[in-house]
Amino acid sequence: MDNTVIVIGGGISGLTAAGMLAQQGLDVTLLEKENETGGHLARWDRLFPDRKKASEVLDFAMEGLNKVKIVTGVAITGISRQDHEFTVSTNLRDSGYGMQDAGYQSPVPSPQSPVPSTQSPVPSPQSQYTASALLVATGFDLFEARKKEEYGYGIYNNVITSADLEEQFKSGRKVLTSEGKTPGRIGFIHCVGSRDEKVGNLYCSKICCVTGVKQAIELKEMFPESEVFNFYMDLRMFDRHFEELYYEAQQKWGVSFIRGRLSECSENPDGSIILKTEDTLTGKPLKMTVDLLVLLSGFVPSGGTRGISKMLGLQEGTDGFINSADQHSQNNLSGIEGVFLAGAIKGPISVSESVADARAAAAQIACYLSSFKVTND
Amino acid sequence: MIKFNLFVLPFSLGLIYIVTSIVMHYYRWIKALPAVDKVKLSAGIRTPSKVLASLKEIFLEGLIHRKLWKRNPLLGYMHMSFAFGWFLLIVMGNLESRVYHGAYINAPYYPIFLKFFIHDRLVLFFEIFTVPAFFRFIMDFLLLFVLSGLVLAWIKRKQSKWFGMKQTTMHNFFDRVALSCLWLIFPMRLLAESYTAGYFHGGGGFLTQNLGNLLVMITPGPAELIAYFFWWTYSLVLGLFFIMMPYSRYMHIPSELLLIVFRHCGIQPRKWGSSFSDLEVRSCSRCGVCIDACQLNFAAGINTIQAVYLIRSQREQYIPENIAQTCMLCGRCQEACPVGIKIDSLRLIKRREIGSGQVSDFSYLTNPHPGFADVVYFAGCMSQLTPSIPIAMEGIFKEAGINYLFIDRNGSICCGRPLMLAGKDKQANELIEFNKTLIRQTRAKLLVTSCPICYKVFREEYNLPIRIQHHSQYLLELVKDGKIALQSQHRRVVYHDPCDLGRGGNIYQAPRELLGKISDLEPVEKDRTNALCCGGSLALMGTSMRTKDEVTLDALESLLAGDPDILVTACPLCKKTFSKLSKTEVRDIAELVYDAIPSRKTRIAGTVKDPEVVIS
Repeated sequence: MDNTVIVIGGGISGLTAAGMLAQQGLDVTLLEKENETGGHLARWDRLFPDRKKASEVLDFAMEGLNKVKIVTGVAITGISRQDHEFTVSTNLRDSGYGMQDAGYQSPVPSPQSPVPSTQSPVPSPQSQYTASALLVATGFDLFEARKKEEYGYGIYNNVITSADLEEQFKSGRKVLTSEGKTPGRIGFIHCVGSRDEKVGNLYCSKICCVTGVKQAIELKEMFPESEVFNFYMDLRMFDRHFEELYYEAQQKWGVSFIRGRLSECSENPDGSIILKTEDTLTGKPLKMTVDLLVLLSGFVPSGGTRGISKMLGLQEGTDGFINSADQHSQNNLSGIEGVFLAGAIKGPISVSESVADARAAAAQIACYLSSFKVTND
Repeated sequence: MIKFNLFVLPFSLGLIYIVTSIVMHYYRWIKALPAVDKVKLSAGIRTPSKVLASLKEIFLEGLIHRKLWKRNPLLGYMHMSFAFGWFLLIVMGNLESRVYHGAYINAPYYPIFLKFFIHDRLVLFFEIFTVPAFFRFIMDFLLLFVLSGLVLAWIKRKQSKWFGMKQTTMHNFFDRVALSCLWLIFPMRLLAESYTAGYFHGGGGFLTQNLGNLLVMITPGPAELIAYFFWWTYSLVLGLFFIMMPYSRYMHIPSELLLIVFRHCGIQPRKWGSSFSDLEVRSCSRCGVCIDACQLNFAAGINTIQAVYLIRSQREQYIPENIAQTCMLCGRCQEACPVGIKIDSLRLIKRREIGSGQVSDFSYLTNPHPGFADVVYFAGCMSQLTPSIPIAMEGIFKEAGINYLFIDRNGSICCGRPLMLAGKDKQANELIEFNKTLIRQTRAKLLVTSCPICYKVFREEYNLPIRIQHHSQYLLELVKDGKIALQSQHRRVVYHDPCDLGRGGNIYQAPRELLGKISDLEPVEKDRTNALCCGGSLALMGTSMRTKDEVTLDALESLLAGDPDILVTACPLCKKTFSKLSKTEVRDIAELVYDAIPSRKTRIAGTVKDPEVVIS
């Protein structure tokens, strides 16, 4: 057992953990499937509850990476293990390494983005990396909103997801309808793909509630005259300052909250969207026309998470996310010696929780490589 | 000639018992029929064509077991050998007894135990061409025929798979006793007749005589006594079988005969049950064919709620709620049932008992005038959840220049069928009346719906004075009338028959014809009447989503075995259900038709847009 670690996944969890590990003098290789690191955070504008710039959080995480070997644009084709050494085989995801693939827009304009100085030279199409410990931080994907066909994403032009909206915020442009108009009335739909057995996801994605509140406020800031409605089942303001933000949305910004799940929507000839829902507090069916509809898509285990999980034989929960060895005291341990977990691979999690979790994972890995006991076995 | 012995008593008593019982049952079933049905029955039995049709079906299904033959030849042969073989034994035995007895009326036991009373010997060679010899041959042949079925029945106990059955019914006590008797009857007859023939050196045919000679030779002890013992056993098991019959599955035999007559007279099951349904319950042979047909069984491992158990609990006068509610009402078991029992209607009767007490509040419904049109389009609430379908339909209406009205564009009033599936007919009727008024006000001549669930209820419950079509029929008609021109996209597609459109609405050909014009339609293993349910059935209550998913995944595996480009269905609920778990694209037939209109001006339905264009 030497002091080598491979971190799989270059989102906020993987980056934070890699930085922590490298700062402690460990030899860290980070593998990322996309051509840029940063994951979902790189596409996000501002974070709840304090509206901090996502890029600042990312920049902070990137600062510690100068000693980390970062390999991007690679797909993992296999993981094998001999005694205490893991070998991870990779393949280039597309032939033109370093070029951006056709559909992929760089989330962070490269000149300003902190390009890690130790980025490895162009690897051969197939490479192998070895290490004594693996940290799997393959994260989540956003729920594919098209699966809720009745919500019209991909069918009606004025139905977008929270991620689409965030990209608009990030671009600095005004958020307009597909007809180029200011949206006079905007609806937010909570729990899209979460707590919904009909799409196979029973769990709560946890961060959408407060995201909806944050984005509602941001739209009100942009369009003080517009009406904003949030349709929710429950509002789970679980963390510090969230409840205050929710109050602020109502009291300062006049955002309306209606307890009712969207049943379906249809499109008017002018492109506006008719919502059919129920106000469950009055017990009456409700119809409303909005100019823009934002779907708060939840978390699903990422494609990478599913793939790596199969390769390593990780414990998948009924929700598809990965179970740790023990949710309370061994939450970064996978149950397989030398394989550690961090971030949204274990389920929906906020950025601040990801950072904390990644640091915890880094500490555990450092202990493990120094032959401190990390389990009670 | 002696024509009586004590041993005939058990049989005779049993026979008296069963005949009385059948007569009483028949009397009760007929007496309890609703007046309308009684009129139908008395008119029916006076119509020669209906009587002939009944007799034909009794012969084909009751004796030959045609449906079982189609299902599995071994299973068919087994049942035929029992039913038809036994029937012929009785007929031929009676004729044979005439040879020895000239009287018009015999004691009923006399032909049954004829060989006990008659044991004449063939003396001369040419006597094998005489009438008695003919009967000896034919009676032995028939006995062998029945016994061959018996051997198969024994094998079936161990190897039901050979008979096309993966699972067989779990039987109760009376069934087991009756079954044991049934299995003993013919071996006992064989032994009794053989020993008798062996002892008297004559009177038997090719089977009983030779076997008898052998048995007498190899068994020590007085052959006459042994024969007498077997005559007693034969009579006892026959008698016991008859006495057990009304309490066991074998009551299905006389019940089914009357059921066939009822059906040919036009008697139908009633919503709240009638003696027709009681008769259906008694006509179930508990063969268990429905267990294998049930997707909840083979895809989700639920094996206690199938039709055979529903019917059994009905016979025991108590249907547990979960048996009534845990069912997709997909109609597969009904289709497979060799007796043709309307199983779904039996289950719905119980659901109505459960659901009738609940109240619903429809006060929020308003009734604005919908406007006028030639064609009313009712997408249905499920299509509201799959907007690609109504978008495609509207596009097609426009392309075809139809004066149409999308009556539920702004949200539908439910057609009522989901409520009916939950046994809430009273509540459903409120919605039905509401919709009827709306549809009538349009003065349209044709109602088109995208939802097979609605289609079924429109046809069966609405009593509308206009034509009703599912969109697959309507679109085919538009093509045939030259209203729309289609160009095949040559995608490899498979078609999934939705339950309510296929088994429920008997529409199998129209969607296939339509798909043949616009795509490369490939066959699937289970289609038409044998098609699988998507698992999304609104009728399935009280089970977890996981159960539904298991059914869906199993159906998908079967449908996508050939790895087609698109899985096409004609039901918004099937589309939605499959979309959740399918890795292959799932689309409605209307979407494909719309895509196949080369001249279409309107936006392509359901096409995935680039999210980037959403916001300027």
